[in-house]
Order: sequence, then C-alpha cells, then structure tokens
Amino acid sequence: MADATLTHGTAGSVQHGLPGEFEAPFFGAYSKKVGMWLFLASDSLTFGALLFAFSYNRISNPAWPTPFAVESITNATIMTACLLSSSLTMVLAVFAAQRGDKAWTRNWLLGTMLFGTAFAVLHGLEWTHLIDKGMTPFGNPWAPSVPQFGGTFFTLTGMHMLHVTIGVIYLGVIAFRKWFLPVLAVLWIGGYFLIPANNVFHYGIHVLGIGLIVSAVILFLKPKDYDAHDVEVSGLYWHFVDLVWMFIFPLVYLMSTKI
Amino acid sequence: MHDVAAHEDHKITYFWVWGGLLVLTAAEVILAYRQVFQPVVMLEVLLVLSVVKSALIIGYFMHLKFEKAIMRWMLMISVVACFFIMYFFFFPDAGRILRLGVK
Repeated sequence: MADATLTHGTAGSVQHGLPGEFEAPFFGAYSKKVGMWLFLASDSLTFGALLFAFSYNRISNPAWPTPFAVESITNATIMTACLLSSSLTMVLAVFAAQRGDKAWTRNWLLGTMLFGTAFAVLHGLEWTHLIDKGMTPFGNPWAPSVPQFGGTFFTLTGMHMLHVTIGVIYLGVIAFRKWFLPVLAVLWIGGYFLIPANNVFHYGIHVLGIGLIVSAVILFLKPKDYDAHDVEVSGLYWHFVDLVWMFIFPLVYLMSTKI
Repeated sequence: MHDVAAHEDHKITYFWVWGGLLVLTAAEVILAYRQVFQPVVMLEVLLVLSVVKSALIIGYFMHLKFEKAIMRWMLMISVVACFFIMYFFFFPDAGRILRLGVK
C-alpha cells in the first residue's frame, strides 16, 4: 500500500471519490466482485465433486437406469431454455443498472426471477413425478441393483435447485429490497398450505422461510439502495447457477434417456 | 465498472451468445436421442459441448473476457487444475470397475 493515501476528513471519516486516493486493486475489480468470484470458484468445486461422483457411478454401472422418457427430456430442455433466457435478462438488468435506469433494472431482474421460478416449479413437478413412481434417495423401481441412481440424482439436482431458490431470493432482495419480504412470506406460508402434505415440497418450501429470515436480518441490519455493482455481483451468482445446469442437464438427463 | 457505452454497442453480441447456447443445447438433445455413441464416448462428447457452453457463459455473460488478465488466468487456472485432479482420480477408476468388475 505504498502509494495509498487515505484522506481523513475533520470528523475522522474517509473521503471517497478523490482521484488517486487508493492503490489500484490487484485484480482490477472492486472487492465485492472478487469476493463473489472466489465464492463461485469454491462452489464450483462442490458441484464438481457431485458431478464427478454422478459420472463415476454412471460409467461404472452398466445397469444404470434410463427412466427419462420424451416428456422428461422435453421438460428438462424447457428448463434449460428458461435458465439460458434468465441469463440474458440478467445481462440486460446489469446494463440497465450501469446506465442508471432503475425501472428497467427492476423489470429485467423480475424477468430473471420469473424464469428462475419457472425452472424451480418445472423441476419440482419432475421430482414429484419421479417420487410418485417410487424413486427415493435409496432406491429406484427401474434398476434395484443400482441404488446410487436415486442418491446421486436427488443430491445433485437438489443442491442445484437450492442454489436457484437462493438466487431468486437474492435477486428479489436486490430488486425490491424490503418490499420483497412480504412477498416471500406469502409464498412461504401459501406454499406450505397449498402443497399437499404427502409432497416433499410441503417441507422443502421452508427454504423460503429461512430465506425470509436471512434476508430480513440483512436488510434491517444494513439497509441500502443497491447500486450497479450489487446488480453485477448478483448477476455473477445467477450466471453460475445457469452454468452448473449446463453440466447437470447432459450428465443427468441426456445420459439416462429412455429411447 | 466497464465502459457502459461500449457494452451497449455490443448488446447484440449477448443475443448471439444466447442463441448459440440454445443451438448447442438442441445439438446435445439430438445427439442423446440418436445414441450415436457408446456411453463413455457420449459422456465425453457431451462434456466437451458443456465446456464450450460454460466458456460462453463465463466469458460473455459473466464478463470474465473483459476483466484484467491476472484475474482471468488466476481464476481459470486454479479451478481447471482442481477439476483435472478430480478427473484423474475418478475416471480411470470408473473405467477399471467397468472392465474388471467390483471384486
């Protein structure tokens, strides 16, 4: 920090925005962005381990079940298109934020959230369909000798679905701040009562409740108007969620197609 | 933050990238339905297509292409190196089980 000079005001506060005030950052980017990149690098290793575990089991088991018929593949392809389109709307949200257009930033973020929600709902329906057929984390009706199928499938896709849900909440907080909290509360309580008690998502919907508590703590402890940097950083997270699905879709679905 | 005007000029690029990603997804689905390859080869082909798609997402959507070289290289080298290590641990063993069976 040889060249760094922090200019202190009379009240002891740091004055920002002065030219040459800080040393240029090593990565040429602001710290929030570097922090998100480092998190995504570590998260990619989590997903990498899960994907390698799935692929290992897929290759080493010739009797691997292939339960995904045309309907499942069509559903998963639509889900993929939803995520890819959500990435495009996210890019447009970042552009709108960078030119200071708050209304369109919110609109594009809302579009991204809707695509993300469509993905999660379609995936939830797929899960429900498979569970109804008798698939559990410990077994499946198609290949009883390969119990790893259920375990690896639910772990991998469940972890991804959790990331999508967190991503939608993250974008909601960035776009709507405290106004998003009552929406989240209604979705949580409404979802709990509307989803049948024998459905796994009757309990899974509590993720929204946890998201509500965490979001409320963040928003009340550090209330702020999120700027273009925050939108860009949230976009990095969202694109990562899209990126991971680009591996899950071919490995999990396309490698188990029922012709 | 990047030059906003320059990015606005190239907004159409992102639509092309989005279209390219959709086309690659369609190619993957067709390949899977034709089943032209054995599972191991199919896995490798699909992985190559996924790597191309992820490069497009990281480079354009995540803007890494426009970041400083030190950030690009440090992030990519560290993550890819970890994946290579995982690859050499997992895949030869999976193939060995396939050939020899579980003892």
